[in-house]
Amino acid sequence: MKIVRSASAGTMESSDAYIEIEPATGLEIQLESVVQQQFGQEIRSAVEEMLRENGVEDASVRIIDRGALECVIRARVETAILRGKGEN
Amino acid sequence: MRRSMLFLPGNNPNLLINGNCLGADAVIFDLEDAVSPAEKDAARILVRNTMRYMDFGGCERIVRINSTDTPYWKLDIDAILPQKPNLILLPKTSSAQDVLEVDAYITKVEESLGMERNTVGLMPLIETAMGVENSYLIASATKRVQALFLGAEDLTADLQCKRTKESREIEYARTRLIVAARAAGVEVYDTPFTDVNDDEGILADATLAKALGFTGKASISPRHVEVINSVFSPTQKEVDYAYEVMEAIALAKEQGKGAIALHGKMIDAPIVTRAQQTLAMAQALGMERGN
Repeated sequence: MKIVRSASAGTMESSDAYIEIEPATGLEIQLESVVQQQFGQEIRSAVEEMLRENGVEDASVRIIDRGALECVIRARVETAILRGKGEN
Repeated sequence: MRRSMLFLPGNNPNLLINGNCLGADAVIFDLEDAVSPAEKDAARILVRNTMRYMDFGGCERIVRINSTDTPYWKLDIDAILPQKPNLILLPKTSSAQDVLEVDAYITKVEESLGMERNTVGLMPLIETAMGVENSYLIASATKRVQALFLGAEDLTADLQCKRTKESREIEYARTRLIVAARAAGVEVYDTPFTDVNDDEGILADATLAKALGFTGKASISPRHVEVINSVFSPTQKEVDYAYEVMEAIALAKEQGKGAIALHGKMIDAPIVTRAQQTLAMAQALGMERGN
């Protein structure tokens, strides 16, 4: 499954996360989070899992986390992936 | 027990994740009016994940899907049904045919998920003139229908009248829906009071709704939940009286009497039914006898 266009999902509001995804070669994940020190690794793992589950091997992903729960981050990443695939 | 039902916008994580601690007996995750067309996909996934991962304890989970005249309603059901919501709130229900169409699709999805038929209930939202006129047929269309829900904002637009705090414009719709729902043996819920800052207004509106016969009332603001819960809960005096009624009935049976009076008033079948309903609610609320 390929990311064929730039897409975004989510907002910059509290308890949410804003995700940007773009076509790329290989996987690149960039994370900005107020809780980076404590939860950065968990957030990255959740994002990687979502990409894997959706068969995305090549993409550039930027996450701006505003203190979102993992289920919210997963939802926003899934939405961005579907939009980037051109399915939505 | 559903005294209060609180609407939560489907694409707002901050409200969704806190929905279980706002005091409402049920929350309604809204995929319809609270979500713009460009965000329908995002809200559907967010609500699905919230339901999948968050524990709502004793708070019921209801989802307002999009109406059958949009391309979204089947996608909504596909995403939401595996999370086993208590009810699906179906907007713009105007006929029994609308209910049957959605019922057939939910049945198909339930079967594909290995769920028992009618695991997920349906609550038609009546918000058109046609819906009001067809309310009994809608309420009795299938066993899946558990309640009717009045939506006054869209209804008054359809009636071409102004929505007011006094609500005289929806008097007919309110009483018509209550009679239709009770005749069909289902519950019935009142429209939200939309002025978030009018504390006296919500109290008066909820009190009227309770007096007319509604089971409970919806809210668009957490601020209204406490008032609604209070209005739709039995008072201590009502609970005590219900206990007295049941004792009087037990005594009459023991003494072989066909009829009995309490405080000078005959106790008949409707009074006993009301006492039983009051005690069932008191039990659910953990209320005990006061004297």
